[in-house]
Amino acid sequence: MTTDSHALHSNDGHGHDDHGGAAHGSLKSYLIGFGLSVILTAVPFWLVMTGTIADKAVTALIVLVLAAVQIVVHMVYFLHMNTRSENGWTMMAMIFTVVMVVIALTGSLWVMHHLNINMMPMHDMSQMP
Amino acid sequence: MSVATSRISVQGSEPVFHVIDEHDHPEGASTMLGFWIYLMSDCLIFAMLFATYGVLGGNYAAGPAPKDLFDLKLVALNTTMLLLSSITYGFAMLTMEKSKIGQTQLWLAITGLFGLAFLGIELTEFAHMIHEGATPQRSAFLSSFFTLVGTHGLHVTFGLVWLVTLMVQTARFGLTTANRRRLMCLSMFWHFLDVVWIGVFTFVYLLGMLR
Repeated sequence: MTTDSHALHSNDGHGHDDHGGAAHGSLKSYLIGFGLSVILTAVPFWLVMTGTIADKAVTALIVLVLAAVQIVVHMVYFLHMNTRSENGWTMMAMIFTVVMVVIALTGSLWVMHHLNINMMPMHDMSQMP
Repeated sequence: MSVATSRISVQGSEPVFHVIDEHDHPEGASTMLGFWIYLMSDCLIFAMLFATYGVLGGNYAAGPAPKDLFDLKLVALNTTMLLLSSITYGFAMLTMEKSKIGQTQLWLAITGLFGLAFLGIELTEFAHMIHEGATPQRSAFLSSFFTLVGTHGLHVTFGLVWLVTLMVQTARFGLTTANRRRLMCLSMFWHFLDVVWIGVFTFVYLLGMLR
């Protein structure tokens, strides 16, 4: 039983497909991804270069949201991320990585920000012997 | 399998608790998953560099700030180069699936040229900054900037070396199963670098100009 099914796998060149391997894109999906990426890149550059929105905090927030959306677009249309490839293990590895990245980034920024706040005032240092 | 195991133990010989017959794994069946996990670990390296830049990015040491150094037009051009190289690599993958070796090589070459253009623009920017005295030694902001953007540039450089290697391999041995697998790995690597670049141009350049 097992021998038979594996013989089948090794006979066709794309054995990994049957194991739920990496997905392939089509011309349409690549072009959709590229079109979305162009828009999602052009808009933040345009916003910052022209300063259309006067409030810098709002501009920064929009730029960050667009970047997050573009990362998802690249993951789906270029890297072909889905829940099925490699029986879901690529998705598991990515979720783990995202959790690690979020903990490391927010943790570092949070801790170092508070260290900065609680530092002794720096401007007196030049007067010290 | 349980039938075989129980039959053996009934016969009084040594019981076997594992699969006896050799489990056949086709060559390279786990490469894509393994390479994906490598990319995820690479992602952690970049996350650490982003965190470093996030912490140190505001420490100018009375030196130049992002506004004095960055030219967004140049960065936009650079981003365009990398984005175009991503779509041309996608075309290379599509022609590879149709086993059109000539077109695959052509798209790979175009991808390589866009990658080279990206590196050229980035090195021009670096040279310009260093010429103005904004060296990595100048301030913590510049140290973390050159480390983060430089590491990305180094990845692109090695991606280009890999690309040329695979083009030579494909020219010599054709689109064999092994070469297809290698090209798919490089495809993931290349698109991953584009994803990292989204983070770079957003956090470093765009938010730097807003600061």
